[in-house]
Amino acid sequence: MHEFSLCEGIIDAITAQTCQQGFSRVRRVWLEIGALANVELDALRFAFEVVREDTIAASAELDIITLPGRAWCLNCAQTIAVGELYDPCPLCGGYQWRLTGGNEMRIKELEVE
Amino acid sequence: MCATCGCGETEPVIHPHDHAPDHAHPHQHDHAHDTRRISLEQDILAKNAGFAASNRRLFVEQGVLALNLVSSPGSGKTALLSRTVQILRDEFPVAVIGGDQQTANDAERIIAAGAPAVQINTGKGCHLDAHGIGHALERLALPKGGVLFIENVGNLVCPADFDLGEAAKVVILSVTEGEDKPLKYPNMFAAAKLMLLNKTDLLPHVEFDVDRCLDYARRVNRELDILQLSARTGEGMEPWLEWLRRGRHDALIQQINQLEADLAAARSRLIHGGGAIRRTVI
Ligand SMILES: Nc1nc2c(ncn2[C@@H]2O[C@H](COP(=O)(O)OP(=O)(O)OP(=O)(O)O)[C@@H](O)[C@H]2O)c(=O)[nH]1
Ligand SMILES: [Mg+2]
Ligand SMILES: [Zn+2]
Ligand SMILES: [Zn+2]
Repeated sequence: MHEFSLCEGIIDAITAQTCQQGFSRVRRVWLEIGALANVELDALRFAFEVVREDTIAASAELDIITLPGRAWCLNCAQTIAVGELYDPCPLCGGYQWRLTGGNEMRIKELEVE
Repeated sequence: MCATCGCGETEPVIHPHDHAPDHAHPHQHDHAHDTRRISLEQDILAKNAGFAASNRRLFVEQGVLALNLVSSPGSGKTALLSRTVQILRDEFPVAVIGGDQQTANDAERIIAAGAPAVQINTGKGCHLDAHGIGHALERLALPKGGVLFIENVGNLVCPADFDLGEAAKVVILSVTEGEDKPLKYPNMFAAAKLMLLNKTDLLPHVEFDVDRCLDYARRVNRELDILQLSARTGEGMEPWLEWLRRGRHDALIQQINQLEADLAAARSRLIHGGGAIRRTVI
């Protein structure tokens, strides 16, 4: 359940913005999470509801944008879609590919007032 | 408040902007009900990454090979480390940081094996983080020119995300756990540089297809080094010890490169920064 630590990181990052950006309430938080990232989305949502309490984001909604798994296949010399880290290349059936996207865990944007 | 990392107050190491503690908010109330969007584009783990980077700098400075040992509970991390430090402590400095939710048992086992060790009790925490390692290093002298082993909390999920500043993650899998662990916990096997298949002495007694396991592991991580050993009998220890000696050698080279770069930078400041002029004035 490291989703709690991740949410603490999210809240810390948001709180760090309050001084610079001058807002008093966070209404919405957009995250970008890769489809292959090491995170359970339900656990993340649950943890966020707990961790946001008594913070500037106490009533913030969480919006999670899932980014697709993408890789560069060395055999095929082109970008492929991957669903799991152990999937073969859909074109050549090999495993000689490198992940280029789908591992992200980013705070994209805030809606504040 | 903490002198090393500034925790307990604003965090100067990684904080993206400097502000006085008594900062004012002139606009806060004017705009209190205007809704607007702020683009952040920030990694959720940015804070941990900042602490990991400063641990890593410290390791390079001191020529320390730092390894992050990860596995499910009971795969034999402490047994392997006990045997390992017993041999290596005669060759170069070694030390161990152990992470467990409770008890200092593992650290005591390492100390009994003859190496300095400290325990981090994470309580409910299911992984070590870079900040905790920074604090553990206040209680444990760095094994300069040697190897620092960090035994993570037994858990194949959470520690995968938290960089501690290590040179490599070493994932340990024992033959009693089933050969499909690399597929069930792909993020961890993808993050590791070396996989140790432990408890090979039990292979005659369990149903475990070694080849299939190694194939699964390589599907997830094409560059994974894999070694097989038994921390109980000591069989297969030598290639692991060699891997460590090579890693320690590389850490020393990295330290020398860093020192040489620092030295060159200092010399260039002396030549180009007016150092010679100031000296004639004095
Ligand atoms: N047969 C056999 N048993 C082993 C081997 N390595 C460890 N064990 C046993 O496995 C059990 C767990 O070993 P530990 O070293 O405590 O495992 P660990 O990974 O440190 O466990 P946690 O810190 O609790 O996650 C102990 O009973 C060890 O004696 C091995 O190579 N062969
Ligand atoms: Mg242990
Ligand atoms: Zn392909
Ligand atoms: Zn601190």
